[in-house]
Amino acid sequence: MTATTATTTATTVASVSSERTTYDCRTTWAATIADLARTDERIVTVVNDSIGSSKLDAFATEFPARTINVGIAEQDMVGIGAGLAMSGRVPFVSAAGCFLTARAMEQIKADVAYSQTNVKLIAQSPGVAYGDLGPTHHSIEDFAWMRTIPGLTVLAPADPVETEQVVRWAAAHDGPVYIRISRMAVPDVNAPGYAFAPGKAVTLRDGEDVTIIATGTTVTRAVDAADLLAAEGIDARVLSMPTIKPLDSEAILAAARETAGIVTVEEALTTGLGGAVAEVVAEHQPCTVRRIGFDDAFAVTGTAEWLLDQIGASPRGIADTATGLVGRGR
Amino acid sequence: MTTTMSRHAGLLEEIDTTLLPTPDREIPVMGKVPAGAGREETIAFLERAATEVRRRAIQTVGAVGAGHLGGEFSITDTLVTLYLSVMNISPEQVEAGDPERDRIVLSKGHAANALYTTLALGGYIHRRALRTFLQPRSMLNGHPARTKIRAVEASTGPLGHGLPIAVGMAIAAKLDESERRTFVLLGDGEMQEGSNWEAIMTAAHRGLDNLVAVIDRNRLQQGARVEDTNALAPLGEKLAAFGWNVVELDGHDHGALLDAFEAAPAVPGTPTAIIANTDKGYPISYMRDNVAWHHKVPTPEQVDQAVAELDEILARIDGSRTGTLGTEKDAS
Repeated sequence: MTATTATTTATTVASVSSERTTYDCRTTWAATIADLARTDERIVTVVNDSIGSSKLDAFATEFPARTINVGIAEQDMVGIGAGLAMSGRVPFVSAAGCFLTARAMEQIKADVAYSQTNVKLIAQSPGVAYGDLGPTHHSIEDFAWMRTIPGLTVLAPADPVETEQVVRWAAAHDGPVYIRISRMAVPDVNAPGYAFAPGKAVTLRDGEDVTIIATGTTVTRAVDAADLLAAEGIDARVLSMPTIKPLDSEAILAAARETAGIVTVEEALTTGLGGAVAEVVAEHQPCTVRRIGFDDAFAVTGTAEWLLDQIGASPRGIADTATGLVGRGR
Repeated sequence: MTTTMSRHAGLLEEIDTTLLPTPDREIPVMGKVPAGAGREETIAFLERAATEVRRRAIQTVGAVGAGHLGGEFSITDTLVTLYLSVMNISPEQVEAGDPERDRIVLSKGHAANALYTTLALGGYIHRRALRTFLQPRSMLNGHPARTKIRAVEASTGPLGHGLPIAVGMAIAAKLDESERRTFVLLGDGEMQEGSNWEAIMTAAHRGLDNLVAVIDRNRLQQGARVEDTNALAPLGEKLAAFGWNVVELDGHDHGALLDAFEAAPAVPGTPTAIIANTDKGYPISYMRDNVAWHHKVPTPEQVDQAVAELDEILARIDGSRTGTLGTEKDAS
């Protein structure tokens, strides 16, 4: 399964940076959902004029009746998704993250999470993917908003392999799920043979000095930061956190116990992953947490990569923040 | 007082909560209109059912000290007509999860007490459950929850949610190539929510003739007259312009309701909107068409007066029903 999609995505190289092939995870999402739909009649997609931006053109051609485009009407879109789920369908409701969450928040709360309907919310182009379109089109609030809604699983895969596995897991799982699908090109970060385990952190680098916890698009930057730190004699642990909720408290508390402190990195407000990690350690195993992300401010205009660099989420920025924690003592 | 009750069709959990006082008499479990009933017998059955629902609902609100009686009494006739006569639905179908059952969404979820009481009268939940309304851990929230009561298809409460959900259900029926129908019950004040108009466009665009929306046009919202707050008129013309087949009728006339539901879809490929002209608080003399009765709680004396007025209606139905049956027997 994985090999099929890897081949598909490799043909659509989005960009090449520092000799690494990078991928637009939307391509993997689209190939995976089409593959699932071929064997699972229940699967439908629901979109808000977002077929192109969700890369669902081929899906819509192959499954026209199972592509429900409601036009520019997000409340309707999520409510219809809930009605389809109540009737035994497995709807993947796919729209730009900024509109999906903010415009349909009450439908997500009441019709999806509270109602425990089997709706999959697919947030396209999340974070600052639409960096130069400005903050109206950014979705940096979504982690913080979605993780406060009871009963909703919140996921953010980091690379194509994880994207495929997360989408497959969501299709098989009976319950509401929110998934960020990144648009920013990312390289493979997970090892060959990687298997997604919901609610579990992935240890990408083992280390005893300091811990970096990242999710989605920032995972590759965290790994690069750990490489910089290694060259400087600092042994950093890197935890990839594809599941924002339910959070892997065990892995976080082990990091709090065993290393000098935790740096969180996310393409979101620091009240997302960073806030969630800080809550866990504050309650059970206090340690210093430095949160890299957008800090109670709308982002300025710029490309996604440039914006991440600006907030200190470049490999160098992350490494510097981590270095500041080493030797502080606890 | 706390009690535990055995599982019953429609109840997902055992009842384990405080019980409200027993009313003067339990509501009868009437079930469906008897097979083969003629039109007059059907209408008499539905009138009796609606009166019994109102009689029990006001006693519940009197006992618990909270509820939304005005809008419950305006939608009661639609509820009993659908559950007891029109819809292909039964407690057994709900329990078995029969995919071919008709679906109903009470978008005006604040009329939950009328829904619960109708479900008890129809045999979907145990009538004793009504004595748990709004009590701690009760399944009977102030707004219905699908995770607590199997017969509740959609959790509702925030307005403007039911119609998009019903559109999703109707799309699913089309995908399944099923003949099942979806009914959604909306308040007229609720039509001020923009999400409804998104769904109205989608339903027409997709030709969902398996969808029937009943708009409970009682002309009152929580604080004032709808037309004085944010006017809907001309509602019928608006819905027609959005591509729906519009039927306007007296929402307390069971015969008219039966005819409209049976006729739908009168126009193939077109969803049906029934504008049910009703009175909030119908038919209680002191409550009818009075904006004060959105969620006002009656005094014990007012409960007694309403019960007396409703008992008069029951007595009249009994009288005319006997007469009707006699005539039919004479004819045969």
